[in-house]
Amino acid sequence: MATTYFTSDHEWLRVEGGIATVGITDYAQEQLGDLVFVELPETGKKLTKGDTAVVVESVKAASDVYAPVDGEITEANGTLSSDPSLVNSAATGAGWLWKMKLADESQLAGLMDEAAYKAHIA
Amino acid sequence: MTGDDKHLPLEDIHKAAGARFGAFAGWSMPLTYPAGVMKEHLHTREHAGLFDISHMKLFDVSGLEAVALLDRACPLDASALEISQSKLTFFLNEAGGILDDLIVTRLGDTRFMVVANAGNAEADEKHLRALAAGFDVKVEPLDRVFLAIQGPEAWAVLSRAGIETGSLLFMHGVEPRKNWFMSRSGYTGEDGFEVGLPVAEARELVAKLLEDERVMWIGLAARDSLRLEAGLCLHGQDITPETDPAAAALMWAIPKEIRATGAFIGADALRAAVERGPAQKRVGLKPEGRQPVRAGAALFDADGNPAGHVTSGGFGPSAGHPVAMGYVSASLAKPGTRVFADVRGTKIPVDISSLPFTPHRYRKG
Repeated sequence: MATTYFTSDHEWLRVEGGIATVGITDYAQEQLGDLVFVELPETGKKLTKGDTAVVVESVKAASDVYAPVDGEITEANGTLSSDPSLVNSAATGAGWLWKMKLADESQLAGLMDEAAYKAHIA
Repeated sequence: MTGDDKHLPLEDIHKAAGARFGAFAGWSMPLTYPAGVMKEHLHTREHAGLFDISHMKLFDVSGLEAVALLDRACPLDASALEISQSKLTFFLNEAGGILDDLIVTRLGDTRFMVVANAGNAEADEKHLRALAAGFDVKVEPLDRVFLAIQGPEAWAVLSRAGIETGSLLFMHGVEPRKNWFMSRSGYTGEDGFEVGLPVAEARELVAKLLEDERVMWIGLAARDSLRLEAGLCLHGQDITPETDPAAAALMWAIPKEIRATGAFIGADALRAAVERGPAQKRVGLKPEGRQPVRAGAALFDADGNPAGHVTSGGFGPSAGHPVAMGYVSASLAKPGTRVFADVRGTKIPVDISSLPFTPHRYRKG
């Protein structure tokens, strides 16, 4: 069963079988406004927590999305190349950004659950 | 945003409309409304966008020597302006650099309205007052709400709100009521109007305009994407005290005789710059693909040599692709020339493009 975690940088991770699917929260997409481009990572790229994994670009500005934990990219959401607005319309669903194989599952313990995240943005 | 930012007189209306605010040129300004920058931008091109631009400053310049003052302050032939005619012009420094870009409108034989940018308003006032000391002229900053109504239906929504724009043509301005100033101009490339008026009357006008479903509040974010698509400069980015009108490709704003014989501040330096030919020129830039190229990005030629830099860049919702503006070496300024922008270490191909990216739709006659 998948467990969903949240970060204070407004990302969500859905973890199942050692693989995390990562995206930005609805709150984050609302703050960014209409996205027009997503710079996706290459499969196989190794990331350390805090590295820039993806750059999302709105009409006005570019914003980094950081790796919330250590790991290796297993897949990027290629659909976003042709339709970056999916991140706005379905931030926690079809607008996911990348999947990564976790290097150290113990890092998940430092993340928030949904209730804690909701309190964080309240 | 710092606590020192100035607040718009209609801030309560913007808050009620759900605006998201940000700091710009010392003002707390609505950046977007709930519709979002994309919808706001497209709505302006299709219907009518309402902008609060009260951060900009209007100066009433009047007196027997108003013409002489403006001819000294700007590369302008103020005496050649017909009453109600507007002109884009500049304050230049002694080196010919652009201190600000302005719209000057002749309201009478000895009266003009000068509209200045928010970020330069204080410096402009000081500059103009210092110059005015030598002339028989009065410089009066006006306390007004300043609204822009832009888009193909701008004239119709104003008409429904009781303001007939009738025969007013692009780059003309009038005083339709006491303490009102209305010009057919704007910063979007569309037909539209800018209206300066006292705050109480502005509240009434805004309420009337918003009753019309063709009208939508538009924030600064869409104002920026609209003006960039229209190829219009933002002072502080695309034009600065370090760029002169020749490099900025804005010599069209200076009448021929004035270029040759005008005694405006910066005249000698500008003539020398024109004579030399600018080393770099302002151009439109069309990045290949979907990735925006932003202000500050360095440009390179095909051999990897420095070629210039981007001064404004983003996505053009109407153009449907990224759009940018910047300066390149004069030898590379021809439309179609390919250069490369460095975006976070990746070289993005960028073609020099003619401006505007979306055709101007001004009402010229």
